[in-house]
Amino acid sequence: MGEVMEIPAIWIQAAGCTGCSISILNADHPNIKNVLIDEILPQKHVNLRFHPNVMAGQGEAVLEVLSNTVREKKKGYILIVEGAIPTSENGLYGVIGERDGNPLTMLSWVRDLSESALAVIAFGSCASFGGIPKGKPNPTGCKPVGEVLEESGIETPYINIPGCPPHPDWFLGTVASVLLFGLPKLDDLDELRRPKMFFSQTIHENCPRRAYYDEKKFAKKFGDPGCLYDLGCRGPVTYSDCPIRLWNSKANWCVGSGSTCIGCCSEGFLDEVSPLYVKLEEAEFPREV
Amino acid sequence: MGRIVIDPLTRIEGHLKVEVEVEKGIVTQARSSGMLFRGLEIILKGRDPRDAQMITQRVCGVCPTPHAMASALNLDAAFGIDDKIPDNGRIMRNLIVGAAELSDHILHFYHLSALDYVDVAKIRDYQGDDQDLISIKNFIKRGELGPFVPRYEGDYRLPDKVNEAAISHYVKALHMRRKGQEMGAIFGGKMPHNVGILPGGVASTPTVDSITNFLWRLKEIKEFVDNVYIPDVIAVAKVYSDYFEIGKGCGKLLSFGVYDIDGKEKDLMKRARFHASGRTSLNLDYEEVDPQKIREYVKYSYYEDSSSGKHPKDGVTAPFVGKQGAYSWLKSPRYDGMVYEVGPLARMMVNYVKGNKKVKALMDSALSEIGMKIENMFSTMGRHLARALETKLLAEAMEEWVLSLKVGEPCYVPYEIPEESEGIGLVDAARGALCHAIRIKGKRIDNYQVITPSTWNVSPKDDKDQPGPLEQALIGTRIKDEKNPFELVRIVRSFDPCLACSIHIIDARGKEGKVFRII
Repeated sequence: MGEVMEIPAIWIQAAGCTGCSISILNADHPNIKNVLIDEILPQKHVNLRFHPNVMAGQGEAVLEVLSNTVREKKKGYILIVEGAIPTSENGLYGVIGERDGNPLTMLSWVRDLSESALAVIAFGSCASFGGIPKGKPNPTGCKPVGEVLEESGIETPYINIPGCPPHPDWFLGTVASVLLFGLPKLDDLDELRRPKMFFSQTIHENCPRRAYYDEKKFAKKFGDPGCLYDLGCRGPVTYSDCPIRLWNSKANWCVGSGSTCIGCCSEGFLDEVSPLYVKLEEAEFPREV
Repeated sequence: MGRIVIDPLTRIEGHLKVEVEVEKGIVTQARSSGMLFRGLEIILKGRDPRDAQMITQRVCGVCPTPHAMASALNLDAAFGIDDKIPDNGRIMRNLIVGAAELSDHILHFYHLSALDYVDVAKIRDYQGDDQDLISIKNFIKRGELGPFVPRYEGDYRLPDKVNEAAISHYVKALHMRRKGQEMGAIFGGKMPHNVGILPGGVASTPTVDSITNFLWRLKEIKEFVDNVYIPDVIAVAKVYSDYFEIGKGCGKLLSFGVYDIDGKEKDLMKRARFHASGRTSLNLDYEEVDPQKIREYVKYSYYEDSSSGKHPKDGVTAPFVGKQGAYSWLKSPRYDGMVYEVGPLARMMVNYVKGNKKVKALMDSALSEIGMKIENMFSTMGRHLARALETKLLAEAMEEWVLSLKVGEPCYVPYEIPEESEGIGLVDAARGALCHAIRIKGKRIDNYQVITPSTWNVSPKDDKDQPGPLEQALIGTRIKDEKNPFELVRIVRSFDPCLACSIHIIDARGKEGKVFRII
């Protein structure tokens, strides 16, 4: 057995709901134990040094892990951010810990940790695009990670993996790809910095109910057979591979359960895809069809 | 004596800070503070009421499913269909929420709490042939121990065999909780943040194969709960039996009840539920819940004082950053002006004192095996035990529920959004009493208020200066080792708070004390 390469990773949570972390725990092949304990690829182990829900420690000791990683692994660790970044009131709407009696805002954490990271993964719709906390009237001035980085002049490359929550495969596939082939090339990402391998087609293109749409057979209420377009399905404007990937160890997916797609992977989630249960052309929002 | 900072407190959901004052090793005052404000209630204003069900799930990604249920009940009431949900819809809602709760309780014990009691580092010397433990041993030998160190050192007391079994089960439990999420997806589309539960019922329709898929995953979880989870909790409870005396709390418990057995009664507190609603206290009397007596106070919260003392239906979310004297983003919900703890302990105790025979038999038998009395349930370990026993009862009941689904029968009833209306949805989430309240004007949300279980449990002091349940549980605790204050984190986690947390211990003489850093 050769030397195992350790890839340090730090996962922090800002204005979100922890749903992205719960989704990662739902990974099946590899499962989350494989990810944390085993070599995710031969001779490669992701060393998750900081994760608020998983790690054993607490307090000053785990904050030291953050500063040690920044110091010892400069440009050598992956930063994963879950949640949007509150920026109003200098970020005081979201605080994690304090230094010298002063609150440390999520805004300052994201800036400090991204600066020295090899790459940043904005995981979930909140981190990628602002998500629900950025919904009108955006009471806490939430911004996506990429916007915070660009405004702060931080040039660390970042990848957006949207979804509310995102599929665990989208994360693990992205990480595996970085480990195998290095940071994504310009051509691997779309104009919203999403990996094309997961987000290049709309839900509508691969939907098993697509034949109903083409034949203009539309469900009039939940539980009916037919295309769910009239009930407000956002599949035609939402890019992701949900219909072919399926969710929760392939148990099901949103449209598979008889529900509409609510557009949770869209750049415009929430404001530009809602009201969620109104037919696309009747809803009052800037459409991107 | 001095100021000790533990910040952040991990393995819970969200962002919270707790300050504790210590005199001669004993906690004399405690302050718990929610450290994240997203303003979802403000974001909800003016939107289509149907979207509330999707938006409010995002209050919490660990327990979105009960939010879906509370919101659906709330909207059912506001839309005037609260007595019209088809039985299939009612049962499938119960199954989706139940699946999430099985998953959540297993996660809480093994992945959020157990690391305070088990010693992963000991697996370095493991000699057996359990493949999971061997892979952990290899992991430890590689030397990069994140996320299992740093940690508190000292009070790990489990005998080697029990310790090894618990760690092997930590891995097995990861698969079990995932299966719970798969069950939720079978009827709810995906997890977390299911799309199945809707006002009017559920989007999904049961089929023979979806019922079978659900049932056999459930059987696997049930076997795990009966033969692994419950024995592990009892084994830990026996070794850490002093925790039946630590973290007692406010001694008053409240539950809205959960899992509708009947869908026709409009008054949710009178509705027949698998866990009945009610209140109890140290005197073990049963009392009913009158939702009119709930008020939220904000004297110590970052909200305008004018918004204090309101019923959730009239609740106002008016943030006030930097308010003098305030220390939390959480409001303080109180019942009839009094402090109540919510959660699995409240559900089990309320149903115990109400005379639920299954609950009583199960609790009496577990307590007698550990050598404890019913009064000991008001404690850190009592909360873990209640959660485990409740999981067992729920898994048993779900088997009956899933087999009572009727293929081909309706699961959903259509409705019109009224011009003006009000609603309230009261139901227990995994972590306790959850309230959603809506006012609709012009077919839009005029006001939407949510009171989460952790708001009850982790609330700051109220307008009468009464500390919240967690604060009361911390006060009076003796800390053996101020550098490794296991007692505090074990108490906090026993509540299963939905907030990441930081604990500060401040010298009672003031904030100028010497600062010790916790390793």
